[in-house]
Amino acid sequence: MSNARLRWRKFVSNFMLAMTGVCAFVSVLVLFFILGYLVFNGGTSINWDFFTKLPKPVGEAGGGMANAIVGSGKILLLASLLGVPIGFLGGIYLAEFSGKGMASVVRYAADLLNGVPSIVIGIFAYSLVVLPFKHFSAYAGAFALGMMMIPITLRSTEEFLKSVPRMLREGAMALGASKWKTIATVIVPAAYRGIMTAILLALARVAGETAPLLFTAFGNRFESHGWSQPTATLPVMIYTYAVSPYDDWHRQAWAAGLVLLGLVLIINILARTILSRGIAVPRS
Amino acid sequence: MTTNTTAWKGAGPVTGSRSFFARLSDGDEIARLVTMVFAATVVLITAALVWELWVNSSLPRQKFGFSFFVTSVWDPIMDQFGALPFVYGTMVTSAVALIIAVPLGIGAAIFLAELAPPRVSDTLQFFIDLLAAVPSVIYGLLGVFIVVPVMRTVIYPALNKPFGYLPIFKGPSYGVGFMTAGIVLAIMVIPYIISVSREVLLSVPRDQREAALALGSTRWESTWKIVVPFAKTGIMGSIFLALARALGETMAVTMVIGNTPKITASLFAPGYSIAAVIANEFTEATGDLYLQSLIALGLVLFLLTFILNGMARILIVVTTQKGSGVGA
Repeated sequence: MSNARLRWRKFVSNFMLAMTGVCAFVSVLVLFFILGYLVFNGGTSINWDFFTKLPKPVGEAGGGMANAIVGSGKILLLASLLGVPIGFLGGIYLAEFSGKGMASVVRYAADLLNGVPSIVIGIFAYSLVVLPFKHFSAYAGAFALGMMMIPITLRSTEEFLKSVPRMLREGAMALGASKWKTIATVIVPAAYRGIMTAILLALARVAGETAPLLFTAFGNRFESHGWSQPTATLPVMIYTYAVSPYDDWHRQAWAAGLVLLGLVLIINILARTILSRGIAVPRS
Repeated sequence: MTTNTTAWKGAGPVTGSRSFFARLSDGDEIARLVTMVFAATVVLITAALVWELWVNSSLPRQKFGFSFFVTSVWDPIMDQFGALPFVYGTMVTSAVALIIAVPLGIGAAIFLAELAPPRVSDTLQFFIDLLAAVPSVIYGLLGVFIVVPVMRTVIYPALNKPFGYLPIFKGPSYGVGFMTAGIVLAIMVIPYIISVSREVLLSVPRDQREAALALGSTRWESTWKIVVPFAKTGIMGSIFLALARALGETMAVTMVIGNTPKITASLFAPGYSIAAVIANEFTEATGDLYLQSLIALGLVLFLLTFILNGMARILIVVTTQKGSGVGA
């Protein structure tokens, strides 16, 4: 083999490997670009009013998104109350009680639900909750988001319960504990960090969802009392403000974007670094 | 076995061989039933989702049949609904997204799996995971205020001047359009391609690489001719996942595609997508046929993502199992 050919092959190798590195760094740079741009644009327009005041009528400068922040909180709370128990207890069934047939049906259904585009979940919530009550409401929004939390909670609960070492189970059983007592006092506590991580990640994911809220929680420029009124949420506010023609609204969209992204990223970082530390349990 | 059961009663938790009532009395049976109800709820919800979509889209199915997908008149006043412009827009934007995202994503995955030291790889993967967690409305926000102006002032002149005679780069640009939506979608799906492809590449057995290197191939040759072909099906799976995600993406696309139900060859022209039309018109849809036509579009989206996700899962499982099987 000639020397020139060898040099060429080495050059190609180095060049292509360098290109893959460029690809990786470009992809990661996007994150810092998004973050930097939001901090730059949103940071200047964020102020105390943003968190405490209601939106002003069109044309008047100022005002904030207090109602949307409260609305998002309400809907996320209700969504968790709906999605987490179903996912968690269903996950326990899959990991501890079920036979093969039933388990594969449930798993399949959960994966199917997980892959459904969020806008389709919105249609589902609309026809199931909005149409019968003839009313956009916080309930409907929470139903849509809760549906999206179920599959993530379910599958990760199952995974983490299954990774609890066999010895722990056998130890509890040998001490005479019944099966559910073993689960409640030994297995779930051993796996709770992993499950908490997964639930937090699911919460962070639905916190930023906009599409399923458009025609379930709808939106509101005032405070919504109770749960059965149209409710403003941060993501929907960002959307309406960003596509509006008003400069002052654009400014507030940036501020809201910064708050939302900050919230989502902080939950993600906390869940991934602090909670997940020491999850890797030794398998016997 | 019946004699055994009576003899063992109360002797210990040998669950399989105790009677129903024994298990009921110490709570096992109750726990099983309660958790089963919740697990069954998941199946029920999924079934209800499919059922609602199917039942609530019956009107357009009866009235238009298959021509729903091949006619391009979308006129709510005349009660004429043809979904072709939306199907076209969804396909074009997803295609643009994949053309950009696949090379970048696979390149990055190769770097993370083959080249980077484990600590660097894990750190970068952490950032990639964060990128996947960024809400789509944030991508839309940046799309509206950054990608759209850049499109109008930089990318459009750069492509229109030299290649303007090609139909896909013809015509004026308003900044919004298929290309803009495709670029934003590409940025959104890259993390998915990277994460899954990296996993798949990491599951390729070590001896494959070592054999290629021992035969005198360069590092790149062993990667590109041995490792990547080995992981080919799994990488395909990651692309399907990304495609399913791109098809169903709503907010970012709605904000930058231009929302004009027209079929235009030019990538710079404004268009519409299935998810975007549902998001925009659902609340103002008057009349059953209008609403049900939108729900029918939702059903189409559901079926498309259902098929793509299913195929993706099969491909990924096949590859990772092949990897662990041969490596042992």
